[in-house]
Amino acid sequence: MSFMQIKDLNVHYPIRGGFFNTITDKVYAVDGVTMEFEKGKTYGLVGESGSGKSTTGKAIIGLEKVTSGQIIYEGDNVTNQRRKRNSAYNRDIQMIFQDSHSSMNPRKRVLDILAEPIRNFMKLSDQEERKRIKELLAIVGMSEDVLLKYPHEFSGGQKQRLGIARAVACNPKMIIADEPVSALDLSVQAQVLNFMKDIQSEFGLSYLFISHDLGVVKHMCDHISIMYKGRFVETGTRNDIYVNPQHIYTNRLLSAIPNIEPETRMERKIQRQDVEVKYHEEQHKYYDEHGKVYPLKSISETHRVAMSEIEQEGL
Amino acid sequence: MWKTILRRVLMMIPQMFVLSLFIFILAKQMPGDPFTGLITPETDPSRIEELRIQAGFYDPWYVQYYHWITNALQGDFGQSYTYKIAVSTLIGERGLNTFWLSLLSAILVYLIAIPLGMLAGRYQESFLDKSIILYSFISYAIPTFVLSLIFLFIFGYRLMWFPTSGTVDVGLEPGTTAYYWNKIYHLLLPAITYAILGTTSIIQYLRSEIIDSKTQDYVKTARSKGIPMRKVYTRHIFRNSLLPIAAFLGFTITGLLGGAIFIETIFGFPGMGNLFVSSVMSRDYSVITALVMLFGFLTLLGSLLSDIIMSIVDPRIRID
Amino acid sequence: MNTAKDLLTIRNLTTSFRIKDEYHAAVEEVSLSLRKNEVLAIVGESGCGKSTLATTIVGLHNEINTKVTGEILYNNQNLTQLSEEQFNRLRGNDIGFIFQDPLSALNPLMRIGEQIAEGLLYHTKLTKQQREERVLELLNQVGISNPNRVARQFPHQLSGGMRQRVMIAIALSGKPSIIIADEPTTALDVTIQAQILDLLKSLQSETEAGIILITHDLGVVAEVADRVAVMYAGQVIEEAPVQELFRNAKHPYTRSLLNSIPQTHDENDKLEVIHGMVPSLMNLPREGCRFSARIPWINESLHEKKPQLHEIAPGHFVRCTCWKHFHFEGEEGGGTV
Repeated sequence: MSFMQIKDLNVHYPIRGGFFNTITDKVYAVDGVTMEFEKGKTYGLVGESGSGKSTTGKAIIGLEKVTSGQIIYEGDNVTNQRRKRNSAYNRDIQMIFQDSHSSMNPRKRVLDILAEPIRNFMKLSDQEERKRIKELLAIVGMSEDVLLKYPHEFSGGQKQRLGIARAVACNPKMIIADEPVSALDLSVQAQVLNFMKDIQSEFGLSYLFISHDLGVVKHMCDHISIMYKGRFVETGTRNDIYVNPQHIYTNRLLSAIPNIEPETRMERKIQRQDVEVKYHEEQHKYYDEHGKVYPLKSISETHRVAMSEIEQEGL
Repeated sequence: MWKTILRRVLMMIPQMFVLSLFIFILAKQMPGDPFTGLITPETDPSRIEELRIQAGFYDPWYVQYYHWITNALQGDFGQSYTYKIAVSTLIGERGLNTFWLSLLSAILVYLIAIPLGMLAGRYQESFLDKSIILYSFISYAIPTFVLSLIFLFIFGYRLMWFPTSGTVDVGLEPGTTAYYWNKIYHLLLPAITYAILGTTSIIQYLRSEIIDSKTQDYVKTARSKGIPMRKVYTRHIFRNSLLPIAAFLGFTITGLLGGAIFIETIFGFPGMGNLFVSSVMSRDYSVITALVMLFGFLTLLGSLLSDIIMSIVDPRIRID
Repeated sequence: MNTAKDLLTIRNLTTSFRIKDEYHAAVEEVSLSLRKNEVLAIVGESGCGKSTLATTIVGLHNEINTKVTGEILYNNQNLTQLSEEQFNRLRGNDIGFIFQDPLSALNPLMRIGEQIAEGLLYHTKLTKQQREERVLELLNQVGISNPNRVARQFPHQLSGGMRQRVMIAIALSGKPSIIIADEPTTALDVTIQAQILDLLKSLQSETEAGIILITHDLGVVAEVADRVAVMYAGQVIEEAPVQELFRNAKHPYTRSLLNSIPQTHDENDKLEVIHGMVPSLMNLPREGCRFSARIPWINESLHEKKPQLHEIAPGHFVRCTCWKHFHFEGEEGGGTV
């Protein structure tokens, strides 16, 4: 049973122009996104730059104003509400960012960075607070002597782990992770990904994992949605997407991932070029006259693909 | 582009209106009035009262404001109480003096600051750079009046290279070449003083801009094309670093009419700065309000000009 | 290692930076060679010295704080000894350079055509009109379908992929025999990355240039490289033909790196994590095997005192002997997997 539903989420930005600077058009950054989140699962949101994947994440947590649509959390509509600082939603949904460095106040010590959410959401005595912070450090595998250090004294991977520690401080239900490992080196990325999986199984967390890296998403996510120009192109389980991709855009994306098998690279190149040709030839089947993606249609219990009515009948 | 310019100009109307209200009320709040200065032991107090009533000083402020603004809209800013001539004539005369002084100063500022800033930026950390920085700090630290007085004393009174006050010698026929040379001659010392003091920000800004540009990737690209360093500087670094300086240009142009209070006062130069101080001293409301309105308008115009200049020199900025 | 076919030969190259009056080597004793018509990939994580190596080859390092020793041989001249003027004759002509972020690598205030023609101005005697024609030709060559229009545009008006194509056109403008590409696709989306890599590859077979590809992305390496050199802490620790490297990597670092790619794993598996952290430039151990601190369970005595590159198969070099004793958890026996 899902604990949170996103219904027809829209985030539009006005484009102003004309003599009186009136709204002449809109950017459809997020254009009718519907999702459901279950406990302990990881949801991947994949797309190229400008697809609206980050905006979706920010709109869910409340960093972007939602134009229309609903965010239902445990039966309550929490969309655009002026929430109290310590509301349950704010506590239960946390976010980590790609650039963990700039998301931490450089003039605060680790102690205060980790204590901030605790002071916000939990009424703990000083001793209990201290204890909780030590627990958090133990979770992310750091010793207590980092408490008095400043963010710049840490490496990229350590900072990302501190960012995660801050996010899990108040036992959240879900963490929105916006490109959490994109800025990290391969070996450090592995550390952080392993660690995210560990705390997930330990605390039953859900993740909304936003990334452009299809390899990382495949490794992390149970359920994946591919986004293009603010809309979902295809959504399904990991197998649905990677084994049985339906939409031409998904195919194109998958064929572009570099593979670490140099032996087969010629075949892949040919295949990639075939997909590219098909992509250009069959665009009209997958995009409407405005270049937008069609609404999603179910093709199996878990797998939904954007396609026109005619295409669906053809199936 | 014309649309934007028109819109910006239209937007100045409410801004100017709010400014005029503010300045009118503030001016009226100043203690005393133009007639206070006329009071001597012999003055008949009832005569002063009469003048005040005549000038409408006892009307409510909005009535006074209404009179003033309706006249101002027709281009009539009233009479100066002290000079007994129309404010617009007075400002026109002073404004012209100030304009030439500021123009010469501005040219000198750019002539001094741009090469110095470029040299300092290019030869960063060298002896030359350090000397230029030292110069710019000294000129920044010296109060205007101190340097003005020193220059006036040395070059004006001691060496007698330059005249010490006024805009032109008496007795010269207006319109002759000698007359114009004499005018420029009078402008030189105040303009040089002004320029020396005004270079700091441009030198520092240009220097740090160049140092910043040097590390940009496009400079690496230029070098990777095998372009000699000298050309990399002229074609890429200097060109790009001058951009923000160009943005100031709009303000500089409109600032030409603002005048320099200290310099004009010390060099006895009858310009706008001088006029502003003396009209505040003598509570010459009509002049004060007109001047502040003018300065306000020039500032708004300056920001518009800067935006237009930016849109011309920087292809990334477009106004439509 | 050194044959007549070599286009560029690097011998014992060391590049050191001055930090607080002391020189620290960011690239140490690197010897590599680049052949005609091949892609040599230099792989490593941030701080391993791969970018420093690239800038040293083209002489774009900061001359005040950098010390370079060793040889870079090209056309019978040692590049490390060239004057700035001599170097300028090579750069943009014999050697082209492609940067990571095409937006910042292009001058925002200059039209694309002008930026491409700039190199021609200094290296050729072409007239203005001939230069313009050549610009259009180059834009065509990198797959830009409307060169006339693009030549008049400014960088911000182009998409990321288009900008990188323009960068490639700049690199190609002098018909170089060597192209150095520093993370050319890192700033791009995957579909664009695939296009750019395909373009590089096809341009290479057209021009027969040698490409040095600097990257952190093993996927990119697998797609385009012919030979691979893996760098760790300033040294080349393994060098091999590409298939050999992905099938038969030997050095513990290379193997760990390959094993930390999510793709290589079943989704429920743990990714390989390398113990410890990359040492910073100032704290680099200058003696013994530099990777020893990351594999502390391997006895000190199993490392070489002065680790050398050993040729263990034709064209396959591995530094130190510790690899023979390295194995992953659950793996049988020594490193002879």
